[in-house]
Amino acid sequence: MGKNGNRPMILTEDLWKTYEMGSEKIHALHGVSFEIRQNEYVAIMGPSGSGKSTLMNVIGCLDTPSQGKYYINDRLVSELSDDELAYIRNKEIGFVFQTFNLLSRATALHNVELPLIYNGTPSVERLERAKASLVKVDLGDRMGHKPNELSGGQRQRVAIARALVNNPSIILADEPTGNLDTATGVEIMNLFERLWEQGNTIVLVTHEHDIAAHANRIIHLRDGRIERDEIVRQVEAQKPQPQTTEAAT
Amino acid sequence: MFRHEIKEVLLLSLDTIRSNKMRSFLTILGVVIGVMTVIGMASVIEGLNRSFASGLSSLGSSTIFVTRLPQIQFGNLTQEQRRRKFLVYEDALALKEDCPAVAAVSPLSFPGLVTSPAKYGANQANGVQVRGVVADFMRIFDSPLDQGRFISDYDVEHRTNVAVLGSEVVDTLFPSLDPLGKTITWDGQEYVVVGTLQKVGSFLGQDRDNRILLPFSTVRKYYPNRRDIFVAVLPTSQETMQTAIDQIIEVLRRRRHVRPDQDNDFDVGTSDSISELYHSITGGAYMVMLVISSIGLLVGGIGVMNIMLVSVTERTREIGVRKAIGARRKDILWQFLLEAMVLTGVGGVLGILVGAGISWLVNAFSPLPSAVSVIWVVIAFSVSVSVGLFFGLYPANKAAKLDPIEALRYE
Ligand SMILES: Nc1ncnc2c1ncn2[C@@H]1O[C@H](COP(=O)(O)OP(=O)(O)OP(=O)(O)O)[C@@H](O)[C@H]1O
Ligand SMILES: [Mg+2]
Repeated sequence: MGKNGNRPMILTEDLWKTYEMGSEKIHALHGVSFEIRQNEYVAIMGPSGSGKSTLMNVIGCLDTPSQGKYYINDRLVSELSDDELAYIRNKEIGFVFQTFNLLSRATALHNVELPLIYNGTPSVERLERAKASLVKVDLGDRMGHKPNELSGGQRQRVAIARALVNNPSIILADEPTGNLDTATGVEIMNLFERLWEQGNTIVLVTHEHDIAAHANRIIHLRDGRIERDEIVRQVEAQKPQPQTTEAAT
Repeated sequence: MFRHEIKEVLLLSLDTIRSNKMRSFLTILGVVIGVMTVIGMASVIEGLNRSFASGLSSLGSSTIFVTRLPQIQFGNLTQEQRRRKFLVYEDALALKEDCPAVAAVSPLSFPGLVTSPAKYGANQANGVQVRGVVADFMRIFDSPLDQGRFISDYDVEHRTNVAVLGSEVVDTLFPSLDPLGKTITWDGQEYVVVGTLQKVGSFLGQDRDNRILLPFSTVRKYYPNRRDIFVAVLPTSQETMQTAIDQIIEVLRRRRHVRPDQDNDFDVGTSDSISELYHSITGGAYMVMLVISSIGLLVGGIGVMNIMLVSVTERTREIGVRKAIGARRKDILWQFLLEAMVLTGVGGVLGILVGAGISWLVNAFSPLPSAVSVIWVVIAFSVSVSVGLFFGLYPANKAAKLDPIEALRYE
């Protein structure tokens, strides 16, 4: 993993994503270029339909752009095979969805174990790491619960624990608080803040300015284009700052 | 790498089966029926084979039987058959005299349906089979003497009341005593035991050790109405079997005044021809078994394919999630393949259990012997798992090929 601060972790050059609806062409992404470095905390904002989710899915290697280049840790994604893409989704990226997307029949612990199963981590180590990850999101006491036995906030924390369990280069969260009430949303945002302070790189999609205010950089999208890319706070690179309570207010 | 997932996938698929019990059961019903048929029929055939093989060898593979009526016939007797003359003792003598290719001849006489037990003191032997034979019987049938002597020409000539006992009768009537010289009673007559036979085992559910051999003429004396006799013939060698048969037919046609344009009014058969017929019957049974089980497995397989397609659709989002967190195509492929294989494998196990139960019932409540055949259990299980593999391939491949983002967006 390129932990080198000088090289961008994510680099996109002129990304296009075009959907053809009959004769009409919809450009969900309209030439997007940007880079994201180690330990940045980026919020992507924009009106509905502006291409935020599309961009996240491309960055997360779930979707492929119609045109343009995308490098993750200096690797050109369009040249990767199916299995290599799966490997990147497993190791480099931790995806957090608005709708949690947990396996409903599996326990919290098992949900968090799943990414480790797909990279062949031996069972003892797997269990240890999954537990550690759940403890990190303050769910040490809910490991045996199934998603329907957990609150929305707890479910999202299970999903975050799952995203963290492989120590990914980058955490991608598409409206992680969209399905939560305000108080629970704040809880989740505090958790992201803490993860960022521990050195994680985070990209987060949101509609709300309050939530975007947690980030140190905001990318504004409109009609598939970057309208504005502003630095909100200067990053004190990789220095953990124990200011969780202040950030929440 | 893949090893780590197998347990997880197996548990997961068992869980899927458990949470959809009825649906899963209906799906694998075809497999259950197919496998049940295989196991049930194969174990009956296996049981027949075992007893038949041992049964045939103790008959002596080259014994020729002469009977008045057809030895194997499906359906009722014809007018002509009912009017046929009985075979007589003199026919047996003539066969021995006039057929150079014949080494030994024994007529067999029968007391008919007698249900009374053989008794010695307080001991009783039930269900004994009683036959009248002559001295030559020893050479024809493979039932060696254990103690004493066999029925002699003198016994036959003088209609003496002597008996040779099968090993089971000895065990029942004389658990501790020496049977030789003792007098037993059977159906109101007394017989002195002069010899005993070694154990030969059972055949087609018939216990051939539970028998008493008497002089041919003694049985005829006490049961004069039972006129239908058999004649057992031993040819001089295996090679002269056909010659012996031809000679027997010639002698009997002459003695029974059969005109050249008429068919034989008697039947001549060999244990080989019986075993040939036997094999053609079991061959037919195997065919029926294969057809029924193939249909069952095909129906089951299509059911599994259908249910797996439904399952893939129902779990599209789950597949998307798994791909999003790093599942490769082959991980998804194997997940669904294993699930299909577990499904049909469970069907196979159920079928094996039910089939074994049927086999047990047949053994317990019918004269047919049956024994669950290990080979067929292995074959049936492997085939049912393979059915899952084969019919699971299309749905599993469909799941594996799903595009992650489309799967995640699926409502
Ligand atoms: N599969 C698709 N087929 C056709 N058009 C699509 C498809 N997916 C997205 N789009 C279009 O692309 C555009 C961007 O969609 P996207 O989901 O990225 O928006 P978004 O910014 O995430 O919106 P929201 O805030 O409502 O989630 C929209 O106009 C949408 O209609
Ligand atoms: Mg969106």
